[in-house]
Formats: sequence, C-alpha cells, structure tokens
Amino acid sequence: MSRIPLDTQYQVETPEGIDLEAALAGPVVRILAYAIDLILRSIVLTVLMIVLFFAGKTGMGLFLVLSFLLEWFYPVLFEVYAGGQTPGKKAMQIAVVNDDLTPICWSPALVRNLLRAADFFPFFYLGGLICMALGSKFQRLGDLAAGSLVIYREPPKAALSLPNRPPRSPQLSLSLEDQVAVIAFTQRHGQLSRARQQELAEILSDVLPCGSDQAVGHLQGIGIWLLGDRGETTSL
Amino acid sequence: MRQHHFERRYQKSWQGLEVGLHDPKARLGARFPEQYRQLCHQSALAKHRRYSPQLIDRLNALVLQSHHRLYAHKSRDKSQWLRFVIWGFPRTLRKNAHFVTCAVVLFLLPALIMGLLCYFNEALIYSLMPPEAVRQLEALYDPAARVTGRERESDSDFLMFGFYIKNNIGVSFRTFAGGIFYGLGSVFFLVYNGLFIGGAAGHLTQLGYTGTFYPFVIGHGAFELTAITFSGAAGLKLGFALIAPGALRRVDALRHAGREAVHIVYGAVLMLVIAAFLEAFWSSGTHWSNAAKYGAGAALWTFVLVYWFFAGRTDGS
Repeated sequence: MSRIPLDTQYQVETPEGIDLEAALAGPVVRILAYAIDLILRSIVLTVLMIVLFFAGKTGMGLFLVLSFLLEWFYPVLFEVYAGGQTPGKKAMQIAVVNDDLTPICWSPALVRNLLRAADFFPFFYLGGLICMALGSKFQRLGDLAAGSLVIYREPPKAALSLPNRPPRSPQLSLSLEDQVAVIAFTQRHGQLSRARQQELAEILSDVLPCGSDQAVGHLQGIGIWLLGDRGETTSL
Repeated sequence: MRQHHFERRYQKSWQGLEVGLHDPKARLGARFPEQYRQLCHQSALAKHRRYSPQLIDRLNALVLQSHHRLYAHKSRDKSQWLRFVIWGFPRTLRKNAHFVTCAVVLFLLPALIMGLLCYFNEALIYSLMPPEAVRQLEALYDPAARVTGRERESDSDFLMFGFYIKNNIGVSFRTFAGGIFYGLGSVFFLVYNGLFIGGAAGHLTQLGYTGTFYPFVIGHGAFELTAITFSGAAGLKLGFALIAPGALRRVDALRHAGREAVHIVYGAVLMLVIAAFLEAFWSSGTHWSNAAKYGAGAALWTFVLVYWFFAGRTDGS
C-alpha cells in the first residue's frame, strides 16, 4: 500500500475518504507476545493438571478437553472477544485486525489460528517467520489466508502540555515548513532535554531578535502564537 | 483557522467520543454515525492544514477507534448456527463436491489397498507401525480379553472422550492447515490416515477379531472418518486456490477459498464432537449385542449420507 518501500506504516482508505493509518507489528514483538501467551497457558495448564489430578479419570478427561480448547481456541476467543488482543498481545500493545483495519471476527480468527499448525512447520514457527520476513506486511501464512494483520495499538496519549510562555508574533515571514518545525519544537518541550532545546534554538540565534540565552523561550513563544494563541484571552 | 481555535471548537465533541469509545459495551446512540463523519472531516482538515502531528495522531486514533466500532462485523442472527447445520454445511460440501471426492479417494484408496495387503500378509503391519503398537492394537480388540464382559466404568469413558476430542480434532485441524502448502499437507495426512486405518482393519480381520473390531468402529466411524475427510477436502480447497488462482492474485484466491473452507471445518468439528461422544459412551459399551451395534452403525451412516446429499436442498433463507 505504502509508496515508501521500507515503512511499517499501513494505510487504508475508508468509504468516508480518509486514510486510516496503523503501524504494523514486526516479528520480534510478536514473538515476545507469543512467549507471554505460552507462559500463561503453561501456568494455567499446570494448575489445571494439579487440580484435576485429584478428580481421577473424569478429571483427566476434563483436563484433556480443556487443554485442547486452550491449545486451539485460546487465541481465537481472545481475538474475537477482547478486541484482537490475547493477554500477550495486550502486554506488547499489539492487536489483530482485518486488513481493512476493522476488528477481526470469527472466521478469519479461526483461519489464522488453525493455520498455526502450518506456520509451525517445520519446527517452532520457522515457516511463519520466513513468510513474515518475505512479505511487506509481516503476515504469516495464517494471516495471508485470513486476510488479517497485526498492528500496534498504543494507549491514548495524555493531552499535550504547552510551555508557559507569552505568545510572540514572529518578526519574519515563515514558510509552512518553518511553522510546522517551530510548532513541533514547542510541543516537544517535555521530550527534549534543556541542553538539546538550547542547542536547537541557537541554530536560529542569528535571525532571532534576542540573545542566545533567551532563544528557547522566544522560539516557544512564536510556536504558541503560531498555534493560534494570541494572548488576548487568559482563561478558557 | 489556527490550530488553537480548531482544538477549542471541537474539543468537547472529541472528548465525548473518547469517553463513549472507552467503554466497549456502551451504546453510542443514533448520532454516532454522524459524529463519525464529522470526525473524519475534521481529521482531513487537520491534515490538510498541517496542524501538529500530535493533534493529527490523536484524531487518527479517534477515527480508527470509531471506525472499529462502526464497522464491527456483528451477527445479529442468533439462530445462525442452526441455519448452518441444517442448510449451510451440507450445501457447502456439495458446492465443493470435487474436493470432497478427491479427499475421499485419497483416503479410501490407500485404506483399501493397505487393508487388502495386510489381510493377505500378516507381517506387513510391522512395516507400518512398531511391534509394541501392534501388540497394543491386538490386545485392544482381542475377543479373549473381553470374555469377562465387564462394563468399563463411566469415569474412564469420560477420560476417553477427552482423549478423542484432543486427538481427533487436532488431527482434523492439522489436515486442514497442511493444505496451505499447495495441498500437499492435506494429501499427506489423508493418505497417512488411510494407510493406518486400512492397515489396522486388514490386520485385525486377518486375525479374526472381526466380532470386536467392526461393531466398535462402525458407529462413530460414520462421523469420524467423514469429518477427517471433509477437513482434508477443506485443506485441498486452500491448496487448489494457490495452484490455480484463476483471475485473482494468489493471496486473494487463498483468502476466498479460506472463507469457505473454514465453514467445512466448523462442520467437521461438530461431527468430531459427536463422534467422540459415540466412541466414548456408545461404541465401547458391552450391553448391546453386535447386531444392535451394526444396526445403529448402519443407521448413522445412512443419516450422514442422506444429510450430505439431501439436506438443505430446499430454500432455507
């Protein structure tokens, strides 16, 4: 889909005419998610075995049925009823979706999980790993047949905080690119270290009407002005 | 419009949506589609006006969540599974009759050949399985061991039920999944199971254990053997889509085939659960005479065949 060959961004156009974007999850994070699921399932199986061991032959029969369900339907049920996330996937913040980015439903979930048997071939998911590495969307065989994808699902971000600076109108005309850069600089004030902010702002010290020690504050003021805050209203 | 004003103007509706989407069970109301369209519009505007990446990310995430909610493939029909059992499954099987026929041949032909060979050559079974397994198989159906005729306890019946579920449905799933290797995996499992079952039957017949073996297998065999064959057929359908995708890309052909093939697998699972019940609780019972078992077996086979050929011919939709 993407025109840039080496990109994990995946885009689909919806009927509303806008592009939905999602970041594809690669093999490493998926292997980790699988490992977490495997550990969880092993723990549940061990507990079941110990408990049902005391229930004699009926207990062992029940154990076999439950271990069958856990082996084949654990991922299916979680993917259908928990928004595409098994506990392992949830921990790694990834999720399974259909390739139009709609939530996965029964048939594709079943197909992709039954075909684990094929992805497992010849041993420990080597086939699936090769398949993921060859495709552009990190799909294993089960994903190809089901038309499913694994994407990152990040938790909602906290609302942005802006630096507390008086808005300042820029004294020069700024191109659109410049404006975007200055705004990004302002909004990322929490992520950049003080020294790095200083370093970046000093690049512009020749064109700013202030000393290099005030360059950061000045630039952030411009950023806030560009975002539309003119300072005329002090409270929302 | 500057981003600051834009955000202030729509902040409330975004927050409202975020709260509503946070709870997956909450009903979003009749205005939700309209809100979603407005959100799409706002998101497109924000991108076009080059607002900050943070805002665009937030709107994109909101659009994605709303899209998920709006376009979730939900089935409102509670009786869907019943419709599937009565109409859908036999129809899907008949629609894919050529794959089913292939699977039957791939299973039955090796079974017949191996059965006849093992019947006429009593040593041949050892080329198929280790001596220990042969001894176990013989002990299982040895009429002499059954003279005591004691009924197996019900708790060990349930143990066997669990075993049949885990083992047989697992085999069925693997037979299906193997189909993605251009059908080769399904062919392998069908032939392999055919050889084993045929070989075992031929060997036991040659030993004269017919009175214990056939009454045991005939009942659940109607569901078990057919279900394994059907999942093989589903696997062959996957493989064939890759070999001859027609006008589609291979990936798309595979997906189309997969959608339909998985319906056959649903049906096969149902049949295997029935088979496990029969095998654990009926086939092993010693209350019944062999004649009763043959009679019931014949009835079950007739039922399965009639179901396969005739069920769902009338319009059920």
